[in-house]
Amino acid sequence: MKGAVRIDPLADLSPGSVCEIVSLELSGLLRRRILDLGIVPGTLIRCIRRGPSGDPTAYLVRETLIALRREDTAQIFVRRLSNGEECV
Amino acid sequence: MILSAEKKKLLWQDQFGISVTKDQFSVALAGNPNVGKSTIFNALTGLHQHTGNWPGKTVDNAQGSFYHQQKSFLIVDLPGTYSLLAHTVEEQIARDFLCFANPDVTVVVLDATCLERNLNLALQVFEITTKVIVCLNLMDEADKKDLVIDVPSLERELGVPVIAASARQGEGLTELRNKIYQVATGALQTKPRQIIYSSEVENALQDLLPLVADIASHTLPPRWIALRLLDGDQSFLNSLSNYLDIHQTSFHPGWEESKCAQ
Repeated sequence: MKGAVRIDPLADLSPGSVCEIVSLELSGLLRRRILDLGIVPGTLIRCIRRGPSGDPTAYLVRETLIALRREDTAQIFVRRLSNGEECV
Repeated sequence: MILSAEKKKLLWQDQFGISVTKDQFSVALAGNPNVGKSTIFNALTGLHQHTGNWPGKTVDNAQGSFYHQQKSFLIVDLPGTYSLLAHTVEEQIARDFLCFANPDVTVVVLDATCLERNLNLALQVFEITTKVIVCLNLMDEADKKDLVIDVPSLERELGVPVIAASARQGEGLTELRNKIYQVATGALQTKPRQIIYSSEVENALQDLLPLVADIASHTLPPRWIALRLLDGDQSFLNSLSNYLDIHQTSFHPGWEESKCAQ
């Protein structure tokens, strides 16, 4: 179905799903850090698994596994590409 | 960026715990974590610096040396970093070394299978020093993934020599030695591609550069310093004032007195 593309925070992704980065609503050093890790708009990112207490979560980005905290992934916005109840 | 051999020797010893002899060329190895820097380091030096397939195992500077065409080269294996904009200890070590130690050649080792992310670091290094060589390592892995890299075009785009290598197989190392030699001796001139920022940033840089030129005094990269000043990068400012302090006191003994007199 076409229409408005649904944008979600990265934090909402469940393990196994793949999405594309749309925007980073972070600032300062943290933004720089995320960009340096290769997480830029257009990058594909796969949610791999959650930490024991639900945080942090491991993501696969450009073939590197990176753990990110929920407080940060809540500020990273993505378009879902596969899995779960996504894709409208 | 000229530092007399004597001053350089002192600085390296004091600040980085590295002993370089006067007629030795210095080479820094930089790159993302887990791209095979230590494998290249070992292959060049014949040393057995610990290598392993996990990131972060080189957290301090390791040094070794090799001879090529009757010249001695001191090579420093920097910790792997994604960036030089210092948020971690490793990034700080790598950044301070490249910025203040002023190596004759910097080899940026890139993972040929993940160029996009790796080039980020290369572009940052280009802002600190012009004497750069790019080494595309893990070409064997790239082959397995059917990745074809147009090396001559990349070389043109980047403005520096690009060498394809598979250090584990020993491929590309002779060419790397040759290029290190040529860049160190000045036989080969490099012109690394510079990022042009938005006009606001570029204008601000133009305002800052004359002021920065005073403190940079031919030994530090002025544009890089001006950019970090604009960032308000506190970690870099601390390193810079630390460097300027040591530099002034150890190399100009009169400076302390004039400061006291004020």
